[in-house]
Amino acid sequence: MTGELAGSQVVIELVYLIASVLFILSLKWMSSPTTARHGIWAGEIGMLLAICGTLLHHGIVDYRLIAIGLVLGTIIGVPLGRVAMTAVPQRTALSHAFGALCVTLVGSAEFYLRTPDISRFMMAVLSLEVILGGLTVTGSLMAAGKLQEILPQRPLTYKGQNLVNFLLLAAALAIAITLVLHPEQRSLFPFMILIALAFGVLLIIPIGGADMPTVISLLNGYAGLSAAAMGFVLDSKLLIIAGALDGSSGLILSIIMSKAMNRSFTNVLFGAFGQVQAAGAAGEEARPVRSATPEEAAAILSAANKVIVVPGYGMAVAQAQHKVRELYDALTKRGVEVRFAIHPVAGRMPGHMNVLLAEADIPYDRLIEMDEINGDFPQTDVALVIGANDVTNPAARSDASSPIYGMPILDVDKAHTVMVIKRSMNPGFAGIDNPLYYLDNTLMLFGDAKAFVGSIVRELSGGHG
Amino acid sequence: MNSSSNLINALFIFVLAGFIGFEVIRRVSPLLHTPLMSLTNALDAIAVVGAIVLVGEHKSTLSAVFGFIAVVAATSNIVGGFLITDRMLKMFKSSRPAAKPAAK
Repeated sequence: MTGELAGSQVVIELVYLIASVLFILSLKWMSSPTTARHGIWAGEIGMLLAICGTLLHHGIVDYRLIAIGLVLGTIIGVPLGRVAMTAVPQRTALSHAFGALCVTLVGSAEFYLRTPDISRFMMAVLSLEVILGGLTVTGSLMAAGKLQEILPQRPLTYKGQNLVNFLLLAAALAIAITLVLHPEQRSLFPFMILIALAFGVLLIIPIGGADMPTVISLLNGYAGLSAAAMGFVLDSKLLIIAGALDGSSGLILSIIMSKAMNRSFTNVLFGAFGQVQAAGAAGEEARPVRSATPEEAAAILSAANKVIVVPGYGMAVAQAQHKVRELYDALTKRGVEVRFAIHPVAGRMPGHMNVLLAEADIPYDRLIEMDEINGDFPQTDVALVIGANDVTNPAARSDASSPIYGMPILDVDKAHTVMVIKRSMNPGFAGIDNPLYYLDNTLMLFGDAKAFVGSIVRELSGGHG
Repeated sequence: MNSSSNLINALFIFVLAGFIGFEVIRRVSPLLHTPLMSLTNALDAIAVVGAIVLVGEHKSTLSAVFGFIAVVAATSNIVGGFLITDRMLKMFKSSRPAAKPAAK
């Protein structure tokens, strides 16, 4: 490239410019559910233009292999686009891994094509690209494995974990610096990749299921940054823009998620959750609780004016969302105002509960964010907690010794009556005891969420006509 | 090939795009955080353009093989990402305009 661009190159760059604009519009239209689907079309058109434009690239000699790759990718992509809504978190993690794999492979290929004649800055960016890409590949695969429950979900910790992680990262950076100074030492490059891959595994081992929303967001951010770095290496403005957009999206979501758990990034990444409290929770099981039958629960619900349902990951596990919809219909028909309180980290990824409830045909204007609905609990007759635990734990407000102290919670305990559907008195995922269950205004509804909600619905429709 | 002015241009683009991303994504409704993530994931797979050039130019066997796998991985993200985002967004309905199908 010597100043003047060839004719076809100008066309390609202009196509990329249009694609960039369409990508930005695509995200802008995501601001509201009413315009969001335009966003997809904008994104799709932008993508199609960019790919067609790229095929004009004058250096391309082999179209057959490209075509095979595109077809094969489509064959793999279609089933990944058709997974069940409950499997969306692991699908998302898997796609972060695919995206990062693409970036890491392209970066590696570029390394071998360009070295040793590579500028220092370029080598530094290329190292950043493959280190971030590599750790995102294995990290995301680990996260997907944990979410799919192929891998154990409990956080795994060992002594000196942080030291090991730190040393690995330092080793990868040391190799990167060596390569920047001496790009002819090509044999070091595979080690840098291997260390990045190992680091990704070790990074996710201590992460528990409750932290998944933060971790998926963070991996999203890494995938975006590595793609932006790839844009620098290939001198592709379109890629820099797409990577920066994806990176900032991941970053914003990570910030929202860590705030919702009252934890810092470093705390999420370098401190496993399920440790401290496991010992404390065991002793105090014997406190009395009040429980109720489906008939009693139905009677209380039908006498209520305002009901707030608080869904959590347990609702998704029990596949109860369609029964919850029936309950919503039955109560709404009786003139009861039913709304849903959504905690930012309910579920296994940002926005998970909204998608599940929307799939069950619950209108999105009934789904209310935590900050907006928390003030309404004192005027609420019944708060019905389905499969949520830590996000309703009043210890987060009052008990400074609790591991979740300071985490913003849904103030369900302020409702006149709290009903909690729960399998048994076993503590939740993080192993933290929940004082909510022992309050005077709390009724425990023991049973499978789907079956229990189903029984309440039958009572409501059968019992009183 | 990459003069320092190119690098400076690239940095400008990166920083400005980051700002746009921050401002645009801050306004995305928390309702749509899951589809947002699958959409950005599909858009991020624009990395496929780099992989396509790598395969098409066929400069070495290694670069063609790596590029080929990269094309497959990125394409599956594009197709799967757009498909699932569209499926999710179709499900979000308001209770106001189109009357909900009456309960049984």
